[in-house]
Amino acid sequence: MGFEVSTSQVPLDGLKFYRRPMSFWWWLERRAYFNFILRELTCVFVGAFAVLTLMQIRSLGRGPEAYAAFIAQLSTPVFLIFSVVTFLSVCYHTVTFLQAVPSIVVVRLREGRVSDRVVAGVHYALWLVASLAVVFVFLR
Amino acid sequence: MSTKGITPLLWFLFGAGGMVSALFFPVHIFLVGLAFPLGWFEAPSYEALHSLVLHPITRLYLFVFIFLPLFHWAHRFRYTLYDLFQIQHGLQMPIAVLCYGAALVGTLMAAYTLFTIT
Repeated sequence: MGFEVSTSQVPLDGLKFYRRPMSFWWWLERRAYFNFILRELTCVFVGAFAVLTLMQIRSLGRGPEAYAAFIAQLSTPVFLIFSVVTFLSVCYHTVTFLQAVPSIVVVRLREGRVSDRVVAGVHYALWLVASLAVVFVFLR
Repeated sequence: MSTKGITPLLWFLFGAGGMVSALFFPVHIFLVGLAFPLGWFEAPSYEALHSLVLHPITRLYLFVFIFLPLFHWAHRFRYTLYDLFQIQHGLQMPIAVLCYGAALVGTLMAAYTLFTIT
């Protein structure tokens, strides 16, 4: 009688940790959480565009009519909205990803570590060069 | 089953895919999804694109363009699901298998398409 410690919920082979119950909407509690989830969800659009590109290549392989039908789809309002959202989302991915590079890539030159701004700057320059190269190949 | 053994590989694919998509996706989406459909630039003809895609360097470029970002998606989407839905041990492995499995299927399709396209 009196105080009794229940051991029924404790597995014998280990500990059970307390988890604070969290709402599904935890990511709306703070701006930083929201930005984090927004950044993570950019991957959905990265994946979607990779798939769309594969579909475009496959339509190229099926001949001019199939390709024209594919291209006509891209001018529909649904796809134009998709493209705008995908473009903004992937740009957010680019900015957040390139910002993170200096934390991962440590470049040492002579006595010191190359500053984060330089490492990020070089990658932004690479983004510009890559973009111009793609424009050149598409429009040449 | 433990995923510890392949964790570095998955992380490498995530990082490499993140870099490829960061550098090359915005311009591709801008051109293919907006500039060409809206007539800001004249879209290349079927013949021009078709012969471009047949070039070995373009095939390799497009394969990397699809393969690495798919694994970037798989890895990030996996952890987004864990975080967003607070998924604990039981469901974690099936989600991981589905994510990387989907990326692998897409990669094999890309390889097949780019290898056999005529």
